[in-house]
Amino acid sequence: MLPASIIGDRRRRARRHFRNVPAVPAGPFHQRTVMPGAAPAPEPWDLWPHADPGGRGTKGRDEATGALGAAACSRYGQPKKAAAGRAHARPCHPGVHLLEMVSPALTPLPSAPLQDIRNTVGNIPMEWYQDFPHIGYNLEGKKIYKPIRNKDELDMFLEKMENPDYWRTVQDKMTGADIKLTDEQVDLVHRLQKGQFGDVHFNPYEPAVDFFTHEVMIHPVTNRPADKRSFIPSLIEKEKVSKLVHAIKMGWIKPRKPKDDTPTYYDLWAHEDPNSILGRHKMHVPAPKMKLPGHEESYNPPPEYLLSEEEKLAWEQQEPAERKLNFVPQQYRCLRAVPAYSRFIHERFERCLDLYLCPRQRKMRVNVDPEDLIPKLPKPRDLQPFPTTQALVYRGHTSLVRCLSISPSGQWLVSGSDDCTVRFWEVCTARCMKTLPVGGVVKSVAWNPNPTICLVAICVEQSVLLVNPCLGDKLLYGATDQLLESYVAPEEERVQPVQWVTATMEEHSKGVRLVVQHSKAVKQVTWHGKGDYFASVVSDNSNMQVLIHQTSKRWSQNPFRKSKGLVQCVLFHPIRPYFFVATQRYVRVYNLLKQELTKKLMTNCKWVSSMAIHPGGDNIICGSYDSKLAWFDLDLSTRPYQLLRHHKKALRSVAFHKHYPLFASGSDDGTVIVCHGMVYNDLLQNPLLVPVKVLKGHAMTLDLGVLDVLFHPTQPWVFSSGADSTVRLYT
Amino acid sequence: MGGLEKKKYERGSATNYITRNRARKKLQLSLPDFRRLCILKGIYPHEPKHKKKVNKGSTAARTFYLLKDIKFLLHEPIVNKFREYKVFVRKLRKAYGKSEWSTVDRLKDNKPSYKLDHIVKERYPTFVDALRDLDDALSMCFLFSTFPRTGKCHVQTIQLCRRLAVEFLNYVIASRSLRKVFLSIKGIYYQAEVLGQPVTWITPYTFAHDHPTDVDYRVMATFTEFYTTLLGFVNFRLYHSLNLLYPPKIDGQADVELKPAEGKEYAMDSESYLEKLSALSASLARVVAPTHEDEVEMDEFPVEGETAEQMDARKKEQEALEKHKKLFEGLRFFLNREVPREPLAFIIRYVVGRLSLGRPATPCLPPPVTLRVPPPQWVFDSVNAKLCLPVADYFPGVLLPPHLSPFVTEQEGDYVPPEKLKLLAMQRGENPGDSEEEEEEEEEEEDENDKEEEEEEDESEKEEEMKLKKMEEQKTQSNKVTAGKLRLEDKQRLEQEQQSEEKRLAIMMMKKREKYLYKKIMFGKKRKVREANKLAAKRKAHDTAVKEEKKKSKKARRA
Repeated sequence: MLPASIIGDRRRRARRHFRNVPAVPAGPFHQRTVMPGAAPAPEPWDLWPHADPGGRGTKGRDEATGALGAAACSRYGQPKKAAAGRAHARPCHPGVHLLEMVSPALTPLPSAPLQDIRNTVGNIPMEWYQDFPHIGYNLEGKKIYKPIRNKDELDMFLEKMENPDYWRTVQDKMTGADIKLTDEQVDLVHRLQKGQFGDVHFNPYEPAVDFFTHEVMIHPVTNRPADKRSFIPSLIEKEKVSKLVHAIKMGWIKPRKPKDDTPTYYDLWAHEDPNSILGRHKMHVPAPKMKLPGHEESYNPPPEYLLSEEEKLAWEQQEPAERKLNFVPQQYRCLRAVPAYSRFIHERFERCLDLYLCPRQRKMRVNVDPEDLIPKLPKPRDLQPFPTTQALVYRGHTSLVRCLSISPSGQWLVSGSDDCTVRFWEVCTARCMKTLPVGGVVKSVAWNPNPTICLVAICVEQSVLLVNPCLGDKLLYGATDQLLESYVAPEEERVQPVQWVTATMEEHSKGVRLVVQHSKAVKQVTWHGKGDYFASVVSDNSNMQVLIHQTSKRWSQNPFRKSKGLVQCVLFHPIRPYFFVATQRYVRVYNLLKQELTKKLMTNCKWVSSMAIHPGGDNIICGSYDSKLAWFDLDLSTRPYQLLRHHKKALRSVAFHKHYPLFASGSDDGTVIVCHGMVYNDLLQNPLLVPVKVLKGHAMTLDLGVLDVLFHPTQPWVFSSGADSTVRLYT
Repeated sequence: MGGLEKKKYERGSATNYITRNRARKKLQLSLPDFRRLCILKGIYPHEPKHKKKVNKGSTAARTFYLLKDIKFLLHEPIVNKFREYKVFVRKLRKAYGKSEWSTVDRLKDNKPSYKLDHIVKERYPTFVDALRDLDDALSMCFLFSTFPRTGKCHVQTIQLCRRLAVEFLNYVIASRSLRKVFLSIKGIYYQAEVLGQPVTWITPYTFAHDHPTDVDYRVMATFTEFYTTLLGFVNFRLYHSLNLLYPPKIDGQADVELKPAEGKEYAMDSESYLEKLSALSASLARVVAPTHEDEVEMDEFPVEGETAEQMDARKKEQEALEKHKKLFEGLRFFLNREVPREPLAFIIRYVVGRLSLGRPATPCLPPPVTLRVPPPQWVFDSVNAKLCLPVADYFPGVLLPPHLSPFVTEQEGDYVPPEKLKLLAMQRGENPGDSEEEEEEEEEEEDENDKEEEEEEDESEKEEEMKLKKMEEQKTQSNKVTAGKLRLEDKQRLEQEQQSEEKRLAIMMMKKREKYLYKKIMFGKKRKVREANKLAAKRKAHDTAVKEEKKKSKKARRA
């Protein structure tokens, strides 16, 4: 029974050991199996006498010494590692040594000389037997009973006080007996506590003997005789070699051929197949060839190709990429004196880089004869007449002449200037007929286009003067005076934006007949074709910029309710009831009868300076300060038919001829450009614009050139007034 | 409505291009491998027309390849070889690391290699294509053949380059196709006409190279790898077109001598063979031994639409070419030690001169022409001018005339140096010598005049005083009314003025874009004229300075 139980116990232990699960203590099971058996279970205290109260079984001793040995081992661990070489030399393990040393002291115990009360439960926590009277089993399978411990605290204390060996008494856990340690054991414990070696005789500082040195010794380390196989040739190898020899003899194995590195060439293009050209070759851009050398690259170039000192300096200061030549031309006396070119490899390398790194693109090289680019235009000679030469210069003004106007007959010319005078000239003789001081800068003059009326409107500061120049036919200007005097004031005063004032006697004697006083400075005045109405432009920002006046009734009106921008100039259509208003960027065309906006022309210019209308009434030209001239065909579009950039500077004025297909533009660059502008009756044919003459005459003053241009009403002559205080006539 | 949403950059040019990095990833190659592949396959980046569109709206600087090109690279067998090579290098490194020398040997024996034949065929589908692209190949081979046999690159490459270069030179000699030579400060330029294609190459002067550090020799070596393959095949084909053996063998006696006892087929392996070949002095063996130098008389087929003039011109050209080929016929050249041997041997051999080194090889046939001692430039100039130039200008001690570039053909309006004018006159058959003499005479006359002037100086001063007096008198008279003179109008000038004015007016009417273009063209023209004028002025200044110098020296001599 018992062995079985022990086995079972052991098994359980083993299982627990493997599974690492807490095992049920063997006790109860054991008890139960035993209980039904023959012998009744003895009381633990009955059995105690069996056991040695010292509890010194061999097993117990083993346990204790084992524990001690293990402790010693762990103690020894450090030095053993540190002196591994020395450890080799040691004959035995220190643990074993310790056991041998301890066991003789423990074995001869007087109380149980024959009894071997070794506990057979093994290395288990002894708490498992806490609740049992016994503490394990001896070799025979009998229970080992715990010693009776009935000592209370007092007993313990007395023991402690009285027993001189109390301090060296320890309890054996396996047997529960008290053991008194011998002197050797106590010494061992002390040494271990101090961190010394367990063995008294062990010297850790023995001199090391290096048996296996790197040096070759004359004597072998071991005295072992060499193996036989070490001096007998290998049979296996012999067999292998003989096989190889046989194979070589038979020609089965041939020596490796030396590799032939020389490339072989053949006729690669023997079967040229043009169809084999790959599709990607369509996008192929062959690399451009290197530039061929010029004379300057010669070792002995003509002397003119050598760089002078300044050129050389300039070459050195240029960026290498910007240089036209990547070398400095040199001259050598003879071929023998030519040195190696230091950048030869560089240049080859750069070519290589260009070939595989440079992005390629097909560029269309313009291969045009520049003459082909010039448009074929009719020759100016065929487009005559037009003014070609300067014929007359009208001198007299002392400051810049801002404005010009001509009588409908073409006999008289009026010019207004910054010297606060208006001068009347005879066109053919350049004679100044009359000078009219007006007491202000003259901004604009306009001769009444009606041939039966002799009247000139003059803008001076805030007023428009209507002047009868009293030139020409006396009947004519007399009739004009009469016409003006025949005015009868209406019965009820109407509210007007301006004041109509009759000239004083003094002014009358000078020729001024009426003064139209505006609230602000007047910029421009222009007559309607019939000569009764005229329009004036006031420099203002409100809707009062444009005013239309009627001379015969002496009343004025403001046609616009709203301001649409800064008005630059206005114009009446020569035939139809249209009214053109040019703001900075647009030209608006109003129908005066219907009182509505009919068109808005986009000039494509930044700032319109002047405007002129073709006598036919269907074409308009606009000059602008950004040196453009826009030709509008009103039937065609609201955008310019052509935008001419002939002038280099701002255009000041433009003009159309009444009869001839001519128009002219005057600009700040001091030139008047006369163009042929033919308008055809056939609506399908576009106007033909050809510049025919560039007229130069005016000297540049104050950065201003020509300020006004004007055509003679009947002749192909053009007048221009300039900043050099002259008026010039070109015929 | 309906249909799929169109996304940006998913069609059109954006899909035709691929950036370099994407291409590299697609091919799964490292950058050096990718570059090598591009070099070998002749793939280059393209500049898209609208870069922003291709770059998906970004303006970052990127290089773009054509997607088609990259797709075409995907199927390249060499890509696999590259990978094999990478593995090989890894194995080798490992074997070295482990000091397994037998493994190293074995690996080295089985080093993966590739051939570029198919790439040559692919890149140049026809032979003419290959000839057109031969310039860089030749220049590179000639450069590599001058490299020292140490360091920089493999010795085999250098030897191969040398061999191919020499073979090409031999071909040019055999086919008589050299056209132009130019001694520049960079090296010697040659131009040959091979099957109607001009092939230009440059060789460096024979000096040791100062190898620059900022040059990547691996790139150059990759190029050379391809170029040698190309040049080998081209040489093969060219030799066969002339009925010559390839690899070339030296004709006649030399051949017998060369025939090695070991029974090797080619003398190629021996260095001496290459040396002899590169001496360029022996003619080459033919496949079929020529019975006689039977030049086939070319029949003439008039091309349709060609005028008689053109025909004549062509004929003349042909004749000139023939003459050019026999330029140095009957002349015998002795090359001094100090002249560059190879280029001169090449040129003289090409123009049927006979060549001896140092001493005549065959003893003492009296030289057919009196001995001439011109410097090498004479040979080059004569070849370029296609006639034997007068030797007098080239004698030792005389300042050599300038060496002009034969590659420059002056257009109208370009600056032509006077030497070139003289040369052109010579080619036309005029004798420029007379004019020179005249010039000298003139100079002398001028000298005399100078003396007279000196004597006359006093007199002239008096005269000037008289003139001044007269002028003053005239001034006083000018206040009076004098009879008007009839001003004669120069009709021609008027006409010209009118025309120029018409042109100016017409230019005013040009459209903005055309005007811009016109102005650009005219600017270029003006610049050209300016440069030409500058050169002319410089030359004039130089000439006068030289004249002064001469006069001074003369005077000094007289005194």
